[in-house]
Amino acid sequence: MTFRRWIRKYLIGIIAILVSIVVFLVPFAFVILQAAKDPREAGLVTFSLPTEWQLWENFIAVVSANDYNFVLALFNSVVLTVASVTIMVVFAAMVGYVLQRKRTKLNAYINFLVLAALIVPPAVLPTIWVLQGVGLFKTLPGLILVEATFGLAFCILLFRAFVATIPKELDEAAIIDGAGPIRLFFGVVLPLLKPVIVTVIVVQAVNVFSNFQNPLYFLPGSDTPTVQLALYNYQSQTVSQFNLLFMYVLLVTIPPLIMYIFFNRQIVAGMTSGAVKG
Amino acid sequence: MTTAVAPTGAAPPASRTSKPPMGRKGMKSMYPSWFYIPAAVLFIIFFAVPTFSSFYFSLTRWTLFDVQFIGFDNFIAFFQEPQLVTAFINTFIYGFVTSASKVVLGLALALLLTGPILGRGYLRGVIFFPVLVSTIGVGFTFKALLDPFHGIVNNVLGFMNLPQPGWYTDPNLALLTVAAVDVWKGVGIATLIFMAGIVAIPHEYFEAARMDGAGAWSVFRNITLPLVRPATATVIILSLIGGLRSFDLIWAITKGGPGFTSDVIASVIYKQYQAGFFGLSTAGNVILFIVVIAVMVPVSLFLNRKQDEL
Repeated sequence: MTFRRWIRKYLIGIIAILVSIVVFLVPFAFVILQAAKDPREAGLVTFSLPTEWQLWENFIAVVSANDYNFVLALFNSVVLTVASVTIMVVFAAMVGYVLQRKRTKLNAYINFLVLAALIVPPAVLPTIWVLQGVGLFKTLPGLILVEATFGLAFCILLFRAFVATIPKELDEAAIIDGAGPIRLFFGVVLPLLKPVIVTVIVVQAVNVFSNFQNPLYFLPGSDTPTVQLALYNYQSQTVSQFNLLFMYVLLVTIPPLIMYIFFNRQIVAGMTSGAVKG
Repeated sequence: MTTAVAPTGAAPPASRTSKPPMGRKGMKSMYPSWFYIPAAVLFIIFFAVPTFSSFYFSLTRWTLFDVQFIGFDNFIAFFQEPQLVTAFINTFIYGFVTSASKVVLGLALALLLTGPILGRGYLRGVIFFPVLVSTIGVGFTFKALLDPFHGIVNNVLGFMNLPQPGWYTDPNLALLTVAAVDVWKGVGIATLIFMAGIVAIPHEYFEAARMDGAGAWSVFRNITLPLVRPATATVIILSLIGGLRSFDLIWAITKGGPGFTSDVIASVIYKQYQAGFFGLSTAGNVILFIVVIAVMVPVSLFLNRKQDEL
């Protein structure tokens, strides 16, 4: 190893680690410390250790507040995330697969629509109007369908790019074995899409779970909000109780974090095949 | 709702009875066009219909129950209100500042993290981590950290005898502060995409350049930068789309304030909706639509043309 490489590896590495601690870890440490303080200490918003650790007490206080509203909100968020991501995966995989495999005049139009849906900002109030028309405004199913729709375009792009990497000979082999179109797709192709499905699930689950704008518009004044909306409302109730507010922030962060820890490697692999080449 | 979900259950009756389809025509029927239908139904009901009807509703005085056609009055009102014009300009500033910063920082970080460096795994993880946290949570956290009087940032600056700006209370700074937090939160995605782009460059190119005696800068300038172009295009497009539509973070930190100095079109849309001006709010949506298209079409055409030249 030359001296220059040594410098690059260790000196720059150490500087980068120090900077990352200040820039990225201090804010997270701050959230955890705040979440562990009593209301008076947290109110000072200083970066200091709590004199008395109250993580558990604060946790109970947040979870049990407003008749266990947090539990209800978490349940809603989980249902919303699972349902909308499932719809996205199945519907987008079907589109991405046929779009890649079958070349017809339709392709150009569909590709255009997918790109348009990716770029164009959704028209919120007319969407509320449509939801009211079909009787789903202020309901979880309504929000599920809206979130699924908004996520479709990105998923289709990833699926289309990934299907291109699956050899067509596999399809032919399955057909010779007597598989019909449904069996071919659900039995043969879909399992092969697993890497990109994992990417889509993680990326979109984090998106939907963390989304604030859509619940704000489509579940207004709801008794059964999502966690993000509940966190936002909670902030106005707990003006002087920063400890509880940051406990809430901490709790809302944990589910996506667990997902990330489990699927870290696949995300990178899926992004590499989809986002850059696609 | 049921119509949107039902089609997955339907199975084509022919596949069992007929012989395995072969040849060109047979292959084609194995990719049934009705696979488009479930997605298309959702797309039409919840995206196309609202988008097209927004052009009509933007020309009305609208309460969701009552519609009255008033022509272009909403748009005239929008561009006559100084604070709404501020929001219009702010949207561009916010979009370009966040996008440019993400490209520069993301590329720099990706170069750092694809090279031999101490603690690479840790650094990759920690940079991507903010991407996962809820935007509202990030907003509240930075609101506390950047508090003009009690916040740590200003306490540290004060300790070092440096000026302590009112990060989100100073009208000149508020928008840029939110943009900076946005970059903090989103730079992980840009870095990830650039890392994927750099790793995809064949190793021989670097080796050949080194053999020819090229220095680090010239390798970056002549090999990495041109070959990482698809990744750059992806980062620019994604971050511009996100930046121009941005709402959550602005709403969590400043709610468009102080005054209207950090308002963007998306926050104006929400404020007009809250105030009950649904027509005006939808006009804001149409303006956002036009802004996004007007920016994205030339940008993506430019990026794609450059790519073809390679």
